[in-house]
Amino acid sequence: MNNYLKMVEKSSPKTKMLPTLIMAFLVGGIICCIGEGFLDMYKTYFPMLTEVELRNATSMTMIFLGVTLTAFGLYDKIGYYAGAGSIIPITGFANSVMSPAMEFNREGVIYGVCSKMFVIAGPIIVFGVTASVIIGLVGMML
Amino acid sequence: MRIDKNTIYFDNPVSIYSTSSIVGPIESKSKYRNYFDERVDDDMFGEKSYEKAECKFQIRAIQQLLNNAGLYIDNIDLSISGDLINQIAVSSFATRSLNLPFIGVYNACASLGEALFLGASLIDSGNYNNITCTTSSHFASAERQYRFPLELGNQKTPTSQWTVTGAGSILLSTMNNKTKIKGATLGTITDYGVIDVNNMGAAMAPAVYTTLLKHFEETGRDADYYDCIITGDLGKFGSSLLKQLLSKDNIQLSNHFDCGAMIYGDNKKAIQGGSGAGCCSVMFGGYFYKLLQKKQINKVLFMPTGALLSKDTSLQGETIPSISHAIIIENDEE
Repeated sequence: MNNYLKMVEKSSPKTKMLPTLIMAFLVGGIICCIGEGFLDMYKTYFPMLTEVELRNATSMTMIFLGVTLTAFGLYDKIGYYAGAGSIIPITGFANSVMSPAMEFNREGVIYGVCSKMFVIAGPIIVFGVTASVIIGLVGMML
Repeated sequence: MRIDKNTIYFDNPVSIYSTSSIVGPIESKSKYRNYFDERVDDDMFGEKSYEKAECKFQIRAIQQLLNNAGLYIDNIDLSISGDLINQIAVSSFATRSLNLPFIGVYNACASLGEALFLGASLIDSGNYNNITCTTSSHFASAERQYRFPLELGNQKTPTSQWTVTGAGSILLSTMNNKTKIKGATLGTITDYGVIDVNNMGAAMAPAVYTTLLKHFEETGRDADYYDCIITGDLGKFGSSLLKQLLSKDNIQLSNHFDCGAMIYGDNKKAIQGGSGAGCCSVMFGGYFYKLLQKKQINKVLFMPTGALLSKDTSLQGETIPSISHAIIIENDEE
């Protein structure tokens, strides 16, 4: 049995690292550049906004784009080629919330859309909130 | 019926009188597309959910089967069917509208093997005349149950497979036809400790291996006795593992065909090939049965393969048990 597992391990096709990394780097980079572009644009057109507000507005725009591309069935096609390049940016987070919400709308609003919405993003939110509380407490004590 | 350990021989003739197959949009681009009875361009099949669409695939497969056989629904004594959706809901809901006596079976993607064995045993008993054996799967309904939402932008691993959208149905009958089920070797649940749910080929290859060895030992036949040894959905990688396992026992399979590895050809999206309970039923019903009828092949060992896991067992860290039954199908000699 152990021999078999070794045989599987040895002969399994592996992900091709270099092309995968290059695609992830390029697409991830482009998404971040688009974000920077929005930030610069908002800075120019809305000079009354503070730095924090500008960054929030940019994040909201990127989330909107991620959700829209998911709704039109395009984000999974980008993800097919880009992998982590389109999963890690905030657009990927939007995609991970939007895609189960769309998938499970037939199970109803409460038990379908609302409860299944966080099946993928749930752990990210839990760890994010926990980490921010801990950092906040540490910051308060310093 | 004679039983010799795990191998059963049917004494009364059990004909495979007719088959039918219906496939979805991606399978319609397969190089075997012209062998399938019906090709559907819309994976929703005009329904409101993927589960309903899969039901419709099953119903259409049975209606097509009756058409091909020239029979009416009243001529059918029993419907045996299976699928991959929780509580085999698709089969139950599909048979609900057909108003037939129903036995639901589940051996995951090996359900067709189980259905054929059960159906053939009942025909052999002399109490049944016509039995339909149907299995189906649907890419989208399987994906949402076992994996991720369709629109999630993730990548599949290099060992993963693509669930076939389609349904195939086989009519077992006492009416005479040259293609007959002569017997079967029942598989035991085999577990070599694979835990990767994206590597079903590796999980299922040992099941084929053990059933095949048992079959050769109990029948005294060797691989060359058959024109084709057809496995269900090992995929390309699983097929190569099977050959590696067999080479340790000095068995060469030169006549091995895998429905999963064949159905999508070189389509890169399918990665290692097709899977699902519908994979072997559309390929056997659509392609291999026609070769048998044309006498291009005469002796076939048909081995659907199934991985018997659930989403929960794999999350709990369990290994993946698998099973494969071997069905002996032969043309009458003239």
